[in-house]
Amino acid sequence: MTSLASPVAADSATAIHDSLRRFRRSADWKPLEYLFWCLPVAAYFLFPGNYLLLSQIAVTSLFALSLDLIFGYAGIISLGHAAFFGVGAYTVGLLGMRGMGDPLTGLVLAALFAAILGFFSSFLLLRGSDLARLMVTLGVALMLYELANKFSGITGGVDGIPGIEIKPVLGLFEFDLYGRTGYIYAVVVLFVLFWIARRIVHSPFGQSLRGIQMNAQRMPALSVPVNRRLVAVYTLGAAYAGVAGAVLAQTNQFVSLSVLGFENSADLLLILILGGTGRLYGGLIGAIVFIVAKHFLSDLNPQYWQFWLGLALVLLVMYARGGILGTASKWLEKRRQRAQSRPVGGAA
Amino acid sequence: MTILFDGIAFGMLLFLISVGLSVTLGLMNFVNLAHGVFAMVGGYVCVVLLNDWGVPFLATIPFAIIVPGLVGVVLERLLYRRLYEASDLDQVLFSLGLVFMAVAATHYFFGARQQPLHLPAFLSGQIHLPGADIGVYRLFLVIAGIVVAVGLQWSVIRTSFGARLRAAVDNQRTARGLGIDVNRVFMLTFALGSALAGLGGALGVEMLGLDPEFPVKYLVYFLIVVTVGGGGNILGSLWAALLLGVADVAGKYYVPQIGAFIIYAIMVVILIVRPQGLFGRAHH
Repeated sequence: MTSLASPVAADSATAIHDSLRRFRRSADWKPLEYLFWCLPVAAYFLFPGNYLLLSQIAVTSLFALSLDLIFGYAGIISLGHAAFFGVGAYTVGLLGMRGMGDPLTGLVLAALFAAILGFFSSFLLLRGSDLARLMVTLGVALMLYELANKFSGITGGVDGIPGIEIKPVLGLFEFDLYGRTGYIYAVVVLFVLFWIARRIVHSPFGQSLRGIQMNAQRMPALSVPVNRRLVAVYTLGAAYAGVAGAVLAQTNQFVSLSVLGFENSADLLLILILGGTGRLYGGLIGAIVFIVAKHFLSDLNPQYWQFWLGLALVLLVMYARGGILGTASKWLEKRRQRAQSRPVGGAA
Repeated sequence: MTILFDGIAFGMLLFLISVGLSVTLGLMNFVNLAHGVFAMVGGYVCVVLLNDWGVPFLATIPFAIIVPGLVGVVLERLLYRRLYEASDLDQVLFSLGLVFMAVAATHYFFGARQQPLHLPAFLSGQIHLPGADIGVYRLFLVIAGIVVAVGLQWSVIRTSFGARLRAAVDNQRTARGLGIDVNRVFMLTFALGSALAGLGGALGVEMLGLDPEFPVKYLVYFLIVVTVGGGGNILGSLWAALLLGVADVAGKYYVPQIGAFIIYAIMVVILIVRPQGLFGRAHH
């Protein structure tokens, strides 16, 4: 090391080190996150009569998480994510009908089949605009819906598959009538998959996805194979959605045709947008707000609920584009800036 | 032969409703999933006038055109205009919200049942030709579709309003510089698209049925016509609608066990081979 080069090299080394450290720190668990994960535990003790609703929230959270992976991180807009959810649910349903009701095997197979479908349909999404992607994802979901509807010999058609027999988890915990086991099971699955997703989005792979979302043309210059990354994340998102569908089928012990429906996809997109995209927690918070609101409002009248839902969407687009988390963080940012500028202003 | 004709009539109906969407989506770049709402408004205006007020069917048609057109103007002024520059996603969510509200409101006012429509005698019945039985109403639909298609194509290409519209779409800033009131052009275009949807909705009650879920049920069909036909292309929409109509009717007749699967498959294949649609020009 010569006298001139070393300070520069050292400077740039510390700069790189600093930015890397900041980057690594962003992957650490924060206090708020620990607090958030106390919620499902608290809910278990606070609302013992509502396990079915609670597990619905957990399933929807997982489903929203899966969409966040492909939409929030990779920017692939989808109006047909219910396809993978439905594949997962029907996998469990059909296995259950044949007496293969082991829950964990069901999850793995559901993830596998959904991932296969996701892998192959992802190639359809590499070309074309947002609108074309929207139509293709919608088209794939509708095709599956039609197939499930018409091949009623296998899928039960409109009647669905009632009374699936699910064996106890790990041979120990039986699914009870009140959904207690179901709730714990759904939350554990959600947490494990969330943890994995969190690792993934903070990995170099996850960062390259963000890069693709920001500027897909520039990423090849950083030697990121854009298409391969998109295929990978779409397949992953599909597998996640498949697991969500599987958990739904297992906790409800029922599969209906509506899991594949358009409204399922549209609601999901709304949930994610409501919570905030690209933050992992957005989908979870959106799911909590959505399901709770739906539960109370549709008790009043199912049609009113749809009206308020529509109104919420319109207002969201007009006034709060980042969703709950996006708006909250914008607000916090503003407050922080104001707090920072105040002492400086006083000194000058 | 009868199936072919039914398919064509169905396609004409789809064309009537979707051509407005083709304009907003293709020319104004607005992903308006709420387009079916305007068709539904037209349908309900027609049915209410006919059944509750005893207005003859043909006399209800002008109202079914004007009312959705006015609704279109109001919504465009109040809401749509603010979102012209927004992302596709925002437009999708916004218009989806409108659909939900419209469906719920229709439920509230008219109930969930299918609305009945009694056609006048001179429009019902069939004409028996060698080799084909042609429903009079279907023939009426085909003629209406052709008239609208020719009229629209002519007005976009030949009239000064059409020229201003094309200019406003191709380059808004230059068009403004040339003294074209782009906002007004867009508003009128939007109203025209809504009015046509209303016409299609009213004429379609007999064939498509009419209930509060109408905008959701047929949304996919309208979108298919536009995306396959290539946005903003009137003749493209016409061909796409006819193709879709014939494929759907024939598919449901010959292979009922897979139903609507065929048209979805056709759409996906076309979009993969030509993402800009069959007749669209790539403009991004």
